[in-house]
Amino acid sequence: MSFKYVLLWTDAALWVLFAALAIYAVRIVRHPQLRATWTKVLRDPAALCSAMVLLLFLVITALDCVHFRRALPPTAGQAAGQVYFDTRAESLLDLALSRQIGMRETTYSAPLAYQAYTKQPVERDGQVVRELPRLLHGGAHLKNPAQDWSADVRGRSIGGAVLGLALAALCSVAAAWLLRHSHGGTRQAWRDIAADRTHLPVRAVLLMLTVICVLGGVVAALMGHYHVFGTDRTGNDVLVQTLKSVRTAFVIGSLSTLATLPIAITLGILAGYFRGWVDEVVQYLYTTLSSVPSVLLIAACVLMVQVGLDKHPEWFETGVERSDLKVFMLCAILGLTGWATLCRLVRAETLKLRELDFVQAATAFGISPARIMARHILPNVVHLVLITTVLSFSDLILYEAVLTYVGVGVDPSTSSFGGMINLARYEMSRDPVVWWSFISAFGFMVALVLAANLFADGVRDAFDPRSRALRPRLIPRKAVGP
Amino acid sequence: MLTIHNLKVTLDSEAGLVKAIDGLALAIQRGETFALVGESGCGKSMTALALMRLLPDNGQVTDGRVMIDATDVLGLPEAQMRGVRGGRIGMIFQEPATSLNPVMKVGDQIVEAIQAHTALRGEAARAKAVEWLRKVGIPEPERRINDYPFRMSGGQKQRVMIAMTLASEPDYLIADEPTTALDVTIQKQILDLLRDLQREQGMGLLLITHDLAVVSGMAHRVALMYAGQIIEVATAEAFFASPQHPYARALLQALPDADRRGQALAAIAGTVPPLTMQFSGCRFAPRCAFVQPQCHSTPPALVSDGDRQVRCLLLQPGGPGLGVAAQQAVPVTPTATSAATDAALLDVQDLRVRFPIRGGVLQRVRAHFDAVGGVSFQVPAGRTLALVGESGCGKTTTGKAVVQLLRRVATISGRALLEGQNLFDLQGEPLRRARRDVQIIFQDPFASLNPRMRVFDILEEGLAALQPDTTPADRRQRIERITDQVGLRREALERWPHEFSGGQRQRIAIARALAVSPKLIVCDEPTSALDVSVQAQILNLLRELQRELGVSYLFITHNIGVVEYIADVVAVMQAGRIVEQGSTADVLQRPRHAYTQTLLAAVPRLAQAV
Repeated sequence: MSFKYVLLWTDAALWVLFAALAIYAVRIVRHPQLRATWTKVLRDPAALCSAMVLLLFLVITALDCVHFRRALPPTAGQAAGQVYFDTRAESLLDLALSRQIGMRETTYSAPLAYQAYTKQPVERDGQVVRELPRLLHGGAHLKNPAQDWSADVRGRSIGGAVLGLALAALCSVAAAWLLRHSHGGTRQAWRDIAADRTHLPVRAVLLMLTVICVLGGVVAALMGHYHVFGTDRTGNDVLVQTLKSVRTAFVIGSLSTLATLPIAITLGILAGYFRGWVDEVVQYLYTTLSSVPSVLLIAACVLMVQVGLDKHPEWFETGVERSDLKVFMLCAILGLTGWATLCRLVRAETLKLRELDFVQAATAFGISPARIMARHILPNVVHLVLITTVLSFSDLILYEAVLTYVGVGVDPSTSSFGGMINLARYEMSRDPVVWWSFISAFGFMVALVLAANLFADGVRDAFDPRSRALRPRLIPRKAVGP
Repeated sequence: MLTIHNLKVTLDSEAGLVKAIDGLALAIQRGETFALVGESGCGKSMTALALMRLLPDNGQVTDGRVMIDATDVLGLPEAQMRGVRGGRIGMIFQEPATSLNPVMKVGDQIVEAIQAHTALRGEAARAKAVEWLRKVGIPEPERRINDYPFRMSGGQKQRVMIAMTLASEPDYLIADEPTTALDVTIQKQILDLLRDLQREQGMGLLLITHDLAVVSGMAHRVALMYAGQIIEVATAEAFFASPQHPYARALLQALPDADRRGQALAAIAGTVPPLTMQFSGCRFAPRCAFVQPQCHSTPPALVSDGDRQVRCLLLQPGGPGLGVAAQQAVPVTPTATSAATDAALLDVQDLRVRFPIRGGVLQRVRAHFDAVGGVSFQVPAGRTLALVGESGCGKTTTGKAVVQLLRRVATISGRALLEGQNLFDLQGEPLRRARRDVQIIFQDPFASLNPRMRVFDILEEGLAALQPDTTPADRRQRIERITDQVGLRREALERWPHEFSGGQRQRIAIARALAVSPKLIVCDEPTSALDVSVQAQILNLLRELQRELGVSYLFITHNIGVVEYIADVVAVMQAGRIVEQGSTADVLQRPRHAYTQTLLAAVPRLAQAV
């Protein structure tokens, strides 16, 4: 079957970002100083475990970043050689979840349910009765659901959990085997891991992996026949929506931060280095910008973009492209309105750096200001930029939820945590309460943001010598005897 | 009596466990001044902090006892410890600017200390505070008691600090580098004050310093520390008259002064070992001139001999003695350098530098601050002019103005003629050519190298900017030659600045300046951030380079010993003006201006030259 590859704006941006991350990783490996600092991040168990969770979310995002359109089967009257493509763009993640996407019910159903959540009129024996109808897909394989349901769910969960545990155990053995050289044998390595006597916190990683594998195993075992997180008003699987929302969160979190960088760094360094009227102008700009309520500013920009998109339907071939461009523009707007904090930090740091002797020495060599800023100042503010970037990642994910809730965020057709929470406003106020949509969006968002925050803490501790001095180890290691 | 038995302190650092103090023992009697001397990182400040139980959170006393008379300080509960701190042991810190609370009146700070440790309250405490302010020599104490610390000068702040510490009448006083942050004339006043008060109150004074000359006028007994251990204890007279330990001898010989002009200073090769390592022998053995094979394998003990204690295998009773040094400083006859003439290379005429003071909404220039108010001097070709003065006298500003670092920052008038060309008039290409001839070396070796560039890139940058016509191969060759000249290994070129010690970094900074073959190098306090033994290495290097390359130095410093050693001509600056200039011998031995006389009288000197 032929298909057409579709490159969305945010796809392109994210792949560029992934490539940049890969290049940075190579640099870390080559550069001993950087490697030492990043090893410090990895030696923090919390940071390492959150890095794993982030990596998992990153894989989901990457899968959701390869879009294509299927070729439609030829119809009568179609010219030979002419291929028409589906108007829907799908991603690899959609392909992996195609069964769940296909399991569409008519309306709400609770997690793991086999019948609908609300009574509906059903015609039975010529009479119309109101009852809870069986779901079209959820638990459809059960012959006698009232008796079999609990045993079936239990059996599948235990099977999934056991498989997950087995996978985790396999990974542990593999880890011990990999460490056999530095610890003198696989058995000894295993004992060292169990007692947490390894260079990197391997034990914490393996525990984290076990939790992920068990949870993943249970969900994977159930999701073929049940709606693990229930369905929403239009009968769509909430699990699928949640997984699709991860990409939106990542896009907003990373691209918006990246969009702030060029402005913040350029203006910050210029202001700090030249001072005088340049500084005045830049300070005036960001002071003004931060005095305008940001939601108002963003809402105005988003509405302007919205009007532009609505006027030019010819720009897009599919609906996905349209909503994607909206997300992309949202990132750009968040970036354009949110650079003040970083700019202020970079300016202050530059003011300090420009008085340092090595900058003076470069001036004594007659090196041009542009080159001094690029070679002497920029590399010395990078640690600040890195720390701020990682810290603001989680802020922006939360911000997206707020904006979508207010109604100026992403397109309703794009799954996002904010959108799910926005719908939950209605769901939580009806009776009986539909809680699963809200809870799953909440749970995933907390997992993502918490992981990002813990990771950011680790990065800050490793890169900012001052924060380390302020947070010393409470109990110093005992002196080791000779 | 304050006694320390076998004190061991461990710090938990990034690099591993640092044994900052390893088995330190000393005893201080009341009425005695005991000096703890050593280079940076040898554990002298840690000793003071351990005494007061003020170690940083990552530090721990792992062994030993500290006794004040019959009280075991390390065993006291924290509540009683507060009575000991300030009450029994007072402490004065290095930086007077940060040891006073800036938002409290100085009187209130002193009264607070008095009320915490004595029975005096209210007006009585206040009267006591006034009395102490008068005692430490603050004029009009009744009025100044209501001043905030920012109204006081650095020396006055240190006086207030002393008043505050002594007002609670401690038995022992720890002074941790009390004058390092102060100018020479102020240093003399503070040291005199401390000595008088110590005698008057009969306190035990533990004076911690890196400056041997300060010790010689103050202390009754001296303990020299090296790498976490005391290596020699003696009375001050005996210590300065005949130091025993090889390190003590070397340290005293490494001090620059007039007598050693023209000779290479006896620099101690190498650096202090990191305290994270395990020592199997004498800690000084790798740098010792008298080293014997057994020194590397047997750790020496501190052995008493009369009232002197030395930690050296060779000097133990029955030991072989030091014998002949493996390497001896070779006296070099002072030879005039090939390029040295009396013709002036740089002729500065009536240089004035004013910094604008801005204010108001539009940042208009409100007033001017005259940093340099009309100085004229000449730097002869191939020779060294030393610009001497206390902090804030405008000597660094003068240097920076000559290197053209103050363009667009300050208003400059006057002329600086380099071989007849006024540097301040140059623009564009001629300016770039002139920058090749005038280079600068800074004081702080840690701030003067970009931490994100490899050493090779640091050295190449100036070359590439000032001589763009050279090929990369040429540049590499030239840089490698200069690396050899400044005594660095070539593999250093591929490394990062943070991998080097302070002295090595200063060598890199010198190499960077030399790379463009300048005729004049402005040396802005190039050795004041370095330890004495490393200072000697750098001074030797600068002197060697002058002899080989005929480069002139404009040497900015406050250290008179360095001036005596290296300078041919001296200009003394005070408040932006030169008050006296002439040949080094003339100015330093027969000072005519009153300020020069005060300055020279204030310089602490070793009681007896070795």
